[in-house]
Amino acid sequence: MTRSGENGIPRYDVVIVGAGHGGAQAAISLRQAGFDGSIAIVGDEPLLPYERPPLSKEYLAGEKPFERILIRPPNFWEERGVEMVLGRRVTSVEPERYRIVTADGMAIRYSKLIWAAGGSARRLRCDGHDLQGVHTVRTRADVDRMIGEMPHVSRAVVIGGGYIGLEAAAVLAKFGKHVVLVEALDRVLARVAGEPLSRFYEAEHRAHDVDVRLGSAVDCIEGSNGKVAGVRLAGGERLAADMVIVGIGIVPEVEPLLAAGAEGGNGVSIDAQCRTSLPDVFAIGDCALHANRFANDVPVRLESVQNATDQAVVAAKTIVGQAVAYDAVPWFWSNQYELKLQTVGLSTGHDAMIVRGDFSARSFSLIYLREGRVIALDCVNAAKDYVQGRKLVVERIIADVALLADTSIPLKALAS
Amino acid sequence: MKAVETQLVDILIQDRAGNERSVTAEPGTSLMEAIRDNGFDELMALCGGSCSCATCHVHVNPAFLETLPPMSELENDLLDSSDRRDERSRLACQIPITTALDGLRVAIAPED
Repeated sequence: MTRSGENGIPRYDVVIVGAGHGGAQAAISLRQAGFDGSIAIVGDEPLLPYERPPLSKEYLAGEKPFERILIRPPNFWEERGVEMVLGRRVTSVEPERYRIVTADGMAIRYSKLIWAAGGSARRLRCDGHDLQGVHTVRTRADVDRMIGEMPHVSRAVVIGGGYIGLEAAAVLAKFGKHVVLVEALDRVLARVAGEPLSRFYEAEHRAHDVDVRLGSAVDCIEGSNGKVAGVRLAGGERLAADMVIVGIGIVPEVEPLLAAGAEGGNGVSIDAQCRTSLPDVFAIGDCALHANRFANDVPVRLESVQNATDQAVVAAKTIVGQAVAYDAVPWFWSNQYELKLQTVGLSTGHDAMIVRGDFSARSFSLIYLREGRVIALDCVNAAKDYVQGRKLVVERIIADVALLADTSIPLKALAS
Repeated sequence: MKAVETQLVDILIQDRAGNERSVTAEPGTSLMEAIRDNGFDELMALCGGSCSCATCHVHVNPAFLETLPPMSELENDLLDSSDRRDERSRLACQIPITTALDGLRVAIAPED
C-alpha cells in the first residue's frame, strides 16, 4: 500500500469516515473487488470496528465479551492494508481541496471519501439530562459505563419505547432490576410497526414485570449529589431511579458535509450509487438519505446493519468502476426475552394490515399492504414467514387477504 | 500451570474460489467466528451470530454432518432463504466448536 504525503499531510486513495458496520464493510468490499489503492478508516471512538446491535443485547447482558463483537479481528485490517486512524472525530470536509480535518487539527487528503459516520444518540434536553447515571446506548463506552454501575442499580427508568429502549429494558428485567419504561406516544414502536405488534410487546414486557407507561412525557431528571435519583413525568409523578437509559433515536452525523455544501437535511442526500452532491464524496448507512424503492421511492434514512452493509458494497463497487445500484430489500431484527422479531420491507405508508398466526402462541406475523400489495412483514418467532415473505415484498405481490392470514398456507405458495 | 489446557480444534475451510486453508478454532466459540476471524471475508455473518439472518451459510463435508448438533427449526427456516441450500447446509453461527469437530471440513456456500 502506498501512502504519499504532501506537506506532511497524509493522503489515501479512499478515506472512510466512520468505523461502524458501513465503514468496515466498505473497506472489506473494496479489497474484495480488487481495489489495491490505499485505504484509511477514520473513527471517532478509539476502537476497531465492532458490531453495535449487541450493545443493547448480548454485550449489555454480559453474554459476549468485546473481542467477540469485533467485526473482524485486529490483524485482519493490517493484512488487508486498511489503515486505522482511531479516536479522531472529523469536524470538517473541504471538498475543493479533497481533504478532511479532525477536531484535533489533523488534515487527511483523499481521492474518494466515503462518509459512514452514522449518528450520535439523541439526548434529552431537560434539566438533569447530564447527571451521572443517565445513559444512551450507542457506543461501547456508553454500555461499559452502564455495566459498571449495574451492581448498584435496583431501579431503572428507560425513556423511549423504540427497539433500543425495549431491548435494554428486557436485559435489565432479566437482571432482576425494577424497570419502568416511559414512552411519550400512546404505544411502543409507534414509528416502526403496526399497533398489534406494539400491544404484543407491551404485554410481554409487563409480563416480565416491566412497568410500561404510555403517553408519558418526561419533565426532567432529578438528582442528588450529581447523580440521578429519579425521573419527573410531565403529569407530576416522580419515578425513583438509580439509572436512566435514554433511547430516543439518533441524530445523523452529517454536519461537516452539509456545511461543505452537500445536499441534505435529515441526513445527507445520496443517489443510487451512494454519491452525495459533492464530487467524489459518497455516503452510506444511518446518515444517508436515499430514495428507497421499498419506501415508495420516498427519501428515507434507514438505521440498520442491512442498509449500512449493502450501501457499503454499492459505494465500493462504484469506486472500482462496476455498474451497480442500491436496491436491497430492507431487513432488521430485534431480540427481546425469548422473542425473535424479524422484519422485511418497510411498513411505513401501509394502508392495510393482516395478522397471520396466533398471539397467544407467541408466533405470528403482521403483513403490511399498500394498494393491495405486500410491502412488509414483522415476524415474531416466525422465521418461516420472514424467509418466505421476503419474496412477496421484493416482487410486491398482490395477494388475497384471506390467504395471507391462513397459516395453513405457506407464504411461498402465494409468491406468484 | 493451567489446570485445564484449551485444546484447539483444526478446521479446513474452503472459500468460494475453491481455495482450502486450515485454521485453528477455540472450543466455546462458533464455527462462524472461526471462519470470520481467520480472514474469510466472504462470510458476512451480519447478525453477529444471533441466528437472525442467513449470511453465514456453509456446506459441511458429509462425513461430519452426523457429528454436528441437530438443526433447530429456526436455523432450518432461515436456510430456506438460500437458493444454494442442500443437504450439507448449515448456519456456521449455530455450530459450537468442540473437540469432536477436530478435522471438520466446510465450504462457504456460494452467493445467492
